[in-house]
Amino acid sequence: MIEHLPVLQIVIPLLGAPVCLLLRARGAVLVFATAVAWCTFAIALASIGIVLEQGEVVYALGGWVAPLGIEYRIDLLNAFVITVVSGVGAIVLPIGPGIHGHTVSASREYLYYAAFLLCMAGLLGVAITGDIFNVFVFLEISSLAAYTLVALGNQRRALRAAFSYLVMGTIGGTFVLIGIGFLYQMTGTLNMADLARLLPAVLDNRAVHAAFAFLLVGVGIKLAVFPLHQWLPNAYTYAPPAVSAFLAATATKVAYYLLLRLVFTIFGIGFVFGALGIAPLLQVISLAAMFIGALAAINQTDLKRLLAYSSVSQIGYMTLGLSFGSVAGLTGGLVHVANHALMKGGMFLAVACIVARTGTSAIADLRGLGRRMPATMAAFALGGLGLIGVPLTVGFISKWYLVLAAIEAGQMLLAFAILVSSLLAAVYVWRVVEVAWFQEPLQSAPHGEAPLRLLIPTWVLIGASLYFGVATDLTAGIAAQAAEQLLEVAR
Amino acid sequence: MNLAGLWHYWVVIALMMIGMYTMIARENLVKKIMGLNLFQVSVILFYVSLGKVAGGTAPILIEGAPATVYSNPLPHVLMLTAIVVGVAVTAVGLALVVRIQGAYGTSEDAELSEIDRADEAGAALARGEGQG
Repeated sequence: MIEHLPVLQIVIPLLGAPVCLLLRARGAVLVFATAVAWCTFAIALASIGIVLEQGEVVYALGGWVAPLGIEYRIDLLNAFVITVVSGVGAIVLPIGPGIHGHTVSASREYLYYAAFLLCMAGLLGVAITGDIFNVFVFLEISSLAAYTLVALGNQRRALRAAFSYLVMGTIGGTFVLIGIGFLYQMTGTLNMADLARLLPAVLDNRAVHAAFAFLLVGVGIKLAVFPLHQWLPNAYTYAPPAVSAFLAATATKVAYYLLLRLVFTIFGIGFVFGALGIAPLLQVISLAAMFIGALAAINQTDLKRLLAYSSVSQIGYMTLGLSFGSVAGLTGGLVHVANHALMKGGMFLAVACIVARTGTSAIADLRGLGRRMPATMAAFALGGLGLIGVPLTVGFISKWYLVLAAIEAGQMLLAFAILVSSLLAAVYVWRVVEVAWFQEPLQSAPHGEAPLRLLIPTWVLIGASLYFGVATDLTAGIAAQAAEQLLEVAR
Repeated sequence: MNLAGLWHYWVVIALMMIGMYTMIARENLVKKIMGLNLFQVSVILFYVSLGKVAGGTAPILIEGAPATVYSNPLPHVLMLTAIVVGVAVTAVGLALVVRIQGAYGTSEDAELSEIDRADEAGAALARGEGQG
């Protein structure tokens, strides 16, 4: 049983989805899907324990040993990402599609859970597999489920958002496929570890350069790295609130993981930062994302759109961490994966609470909600403090490592830029806080909190983000170890 | 470099660019999906051409038969998966177009943007009146 954990990680949610279709009954599906999601999370926790104790776990699917067969390979990096994805999934799934803001009728809710589980299985699959073609397949499984979930939003613009997400996402996925084709052409293998072994001999070849370019742009679209982020604000704004919470916390994080894998494990740091020298390019892109995302967030009138642009800005921090190519930088980027998942997931869920009570997410309609829904707005504000990077929140930990990495690399300007962009985050968080607490409530403002089914998951995520802001050895400790492993392999 | 000998790449590139152009230039959402499809098909052809060995036959092992040159079956098999992915993407895409047509009464991109802009202006107006 224990040795089959890696494959169960994927098979359980993947098979759970069709079972949801068979169960149909609303209560039964909810209980079943919740059990599946928590089971997946438990397996992820067990895996990370095993990896911490024994090191890398390799699982050959069907007994076919790589490079002939497909293998799942879990090291600290995957285990970390898998835990984040399945954890957020387990917390967000039981909410269901939310109370307002979606078009899922009660009799069709089982379809929502099926799509949710498929999306989770796809994301976990990308993170766990050691076969690069498998990555493409899982990427498309998760993306297809994500398009469906986004389209469930209750405004008709959700459909258009899902459509442009589909077009952009498919172009990204196809670019990844082209890149994989070039790699296969050059090496004759699809196994990541094998690729890492065979690629150094052919790194001068133009086809390998083309492969890297296609993979970088393809993954960049899925990651929504500036300027390939155009699909993200609409998708997150018009999706049902619970879906926004899940996708914002997981989908881009898995793409970031894939980018790390490509740069450090497959192509190697010497090629990417040495021969191609893309570090300056990455830094310019990251800075542009950090500032343009934050400035765009300041100008939004809708709370979900504000958070979506803030995500664009936060993704900039992660890619900035990557661009340093140092342990501190990678630790910062990786720990921000978990931290941003907790903060942004929690904040989107707080928006779900607001939408559940007021039916709208326009910032102007938040007036006085700080007094009417104190628990919800407090959760939102605490998440916001994390985005700014106030000490004792998780955001501080990420920024600490990033600033440290910038100083280490002797780039004081970058360190300064990180601090300035944090101030911009303070501006957009303050806008919401000001409206919610320092203005008189509207006549129509609701009395009383959102239902506990929404409020508890919100506080679990926000609470976790506070806990990990103080007890740093768990997230930051594992992220630092994973970063060291990654750089060791890259050398 | 023998450009004529690499003709299959030119076919792939031409198809890919036609697909890309269709996605960008066409206003109709169904046509956009068809462009996306063409774009994906070009990559499938690229993979299939990767596995082809000059003079090679189908990779079937026959007991006792002499060893023959055969094409690499792996890229071809990979494309079976990619075709499935392509079909699924097309299906979801077309389903979305049906829903868009139902919700907006049109599937022309420019008209859709027009409607959305009008919606937004209307919502802003309503909010302004509500506050006034």
